[in-house]
Amino acid sequence: MKANDSTPVTDSQIDASCRVPLLALFGGAALWLVVGLVLALIASIKFHAPDFLADCPLLTYGRVQPAANDLILYGFAIPAALGVVLWIFARLSQVELVLPMVPVVAANLWHIGVLIGFVGILLGNSTGFLWLEFPRPAAPLLFVAFVLIAISAAATFGQRQDRALYPSHWFLLAALLWFPWIYSTANLFLIGWPVRGVAQSIIDWWYAGNLLLVWLSLVGLGIAFYFLPKLGGRPLESRFYAQFVFWTLILFGTWAGVPAGAPVPSWVTSLSRVGTAMFVVPLLVVGIIFFKTVSGAKSTCKGGPFCQMRFGTVAFLLSGVLLLSANCPQISRVTQFTWFEQAQVQWQVFGFFTIVVLGGFNHLFPRVMGCDLPFPKFVRFQHWLFMAGAALLLVSLATAGILQGLHGYAFAAALPALRLSTLGLLFLLLGSLIFAANVFVMTIRWKLGLIKIVINAVLAPLSAAEVKS
Amino acid sequence: MKNGFTVFFAAFIALGASWTGFVLGPALQLGHQKQTTILNSSDPYPIQRTGDATLGMQVYRANGCAACHTEQIQQDGVACTVVLTAAGKNPEAVTNLLSTLNLDGLTEGQASAVADKITASGGKSETHIYATGGDVARGWGIRHSVAADYLYDYPVQLGSLRVGPDLAAIGARQPDASWHLAHLYAPQSKMPGSCMPAFKFLFEVRKIKGTPSPDALALSGQFAPADGYEVVPKPEAKQLVAYLLSLRADVPLYEAPFTPPVAATK
Repeated sequence: MKANDSTPVTDSQIDASCRVPLLALFGGAALWLVVGLVLALIASIKFHAPDFLADCPLLTYGRVQPAANDLILYGFAIPAALGVVLWIFARLSQVELVLPMVPVVAANLWHIGVLIGFVGILLGNSTGFLWLEFPRPAAPLLFVAFVLIAISAAATFGQRQDRALYPSHWFLLAALLWFPWIYSTANLFLIGWPVRGVAQSIIDWWYAGNLLLVWLSLVGLGIAFYFLPKLGGRPLESRFYAQFVFWTLILFGTWAGVPAGAPVPSWVTSLSRVGTAMFVVPLLVVGIIFFKTVSGAKSTCKGGPFCQMRFGTVAFLLSGVLLLSANCPQISRVTQFTWFEQAQVQWQVFGFFTIVVLGGFNHLFPRVMGCDLPFPKFVRFQHWLFMAGAALLLVSLATAGILQGLHGYAFAAALPALRLSTLGLLFLLLGSLIFAANVFVMTIRWKLGLIKIVINAVLAPLSAAEVKS
Repeated sequence: MKNGFTVFFAAFIALGASWTGFVLGPALQLGHQKQTTILNSSDPYPIQRTGDATLGMQVYRANGCAACHTEQIQQDGVACTVVLTAAGKNPEAVTNLLSTLNLDGLTEGQASAVADKITASGGKSETHIYATGGDVARGWGIRHSVAADYLYDYPVQLGSLRVGPDLAAIGARQPDASWHLAHLYAPQSKMPGSCMPAFKFLFEVRKIKGTPSPDALALSGQFAPADGYEVVPKPEAKQLVAYLLSLRADVPLYEAPFTPPVAATK
């Protein structure tokens, strides 16, 4: 499978080979992020005025809120991350992206699936399973699209010039296997041939835990472990630690997700609690890797991609601490079923994953397109908006959760803190608009460029040689 | 880890383990779960919902009620209380004995010791078991939810966030259908200050032609429709309420024992 080209490809050739697939992935992702945050904002405004848009069945809270969550996760986070992953695979392999048209088709399938899913939820066709709300027709599209992208990534991986594996390879390859497995299992056992009774809930929690904790961590850390050394100008400290994180993350994290005291056999909740508690091990080691790699880094933090990677990795550590604390019996007595748990999930998605993925995007997108971002000065502003928005969301939801828990779920106690989260979502929405503007303006420029090439080719005067023949 | 195969193998082992544990295991253990019987009785539990309530579960799903409501009551444990049922031949001795004993909040062992003492002094007693914990104290339910409660649910909607109260026993807590209908139409009419959105789209506001509909909601003040109009629930609203009323979780089971309230004992 070794490429035998005598001339090695240059980085700019590799970047250019990713151009069309990445535009297809990022374009839809940017759109869904903006739409998802608008829906999240609508859901949040309902805590200021419960009757806001309540008379429209499409926009009732119970439909808008899951639709927003799913759009942000499936519409934005996964395809955007896959775009970054494809580029990393091509760069690590030092070959042009293999089968570049496959991810283009896949990206379109994926985004059509998301469209069907999100319209389905608003029309009341949600499946009713947490984090798996997209109705039945969306699932095969998402599954096939993911597998196609995984095939392209794996084929690129197979052509790599340097046969040794880099730590990011482990995390990202595992993630490529992880998603199709958990997604197909959840869809087969919950929607295709549903199991009976609470076994449904256990499988749903298993799926959500593996998606939100393991998959997001694998991909986010895989990306961060690629960019942190690259942008910081220091090697990853160290390969051994990274291997340890990889093993413990997948061995322990995969059991997380079943809430304590759930009406299921108690061995399930106990096992899940132990698995979650053991998550402290990879967390500590990620902390060691981060501080050893970043301390003494040559570049400084100015709001660019390096800064975003650093923030995202620290956010991962904080997210893990929140998860572990909510796993302690003494704390979970207060925080269970409150906004505190939601705060952890939102922080995992926005504070950690989105910021890491956008950091990668800001670094690679100008290279892939071969020109500067249309709004390069706004990148720093975008990072601040995402940081402030995610932090505000975390603080307001966590405070609301603790107050709610201390007052026996009396909602009035939590309401003022909860209302603050609207501001956090507003910041995130503004940040996402900058991201979307960069993607869309770039796409339009690229398409105009293509049209220009076609027009020039048509209008070009015939050469003397052609006239003669 | 030198090649891609090792990585896939590692991921396969890790995910395969949790798949076996949390997908295959529960499917085997609970997948063939059958009806059980109510504790100290031969009545089957749970029984299938009525057609309306089954449809109502789908209304509950479609509108994402589980985004704000859980359907799982939790409990810390159980405690016993000893109740004197007959004083016997020597009431004075029994009374004296009782004044020295703690009769409530006992473990099963303590309760049987107390019961033995009462029997020794000639009295008769009964030991009642009850669940303890925050949810029970809030009056949200009489016992914790168990797997059997959801046997006929699809999808099972346990929920994960309590913006509103838990609904696992709402049918036992508030058995009045007209209360639920009015609450769905205008939540603040029944719960002032509630942040629950109104579900007016499950109702029809129509002009009264001839005699008013017997189904019309009794609303007053700011929530009432204009003169000459009435608010009538659509079938979805009635189905949803039928579903809510079917959520009871109020019978003792082997894995969730309690002594039913006096009215229910034979």
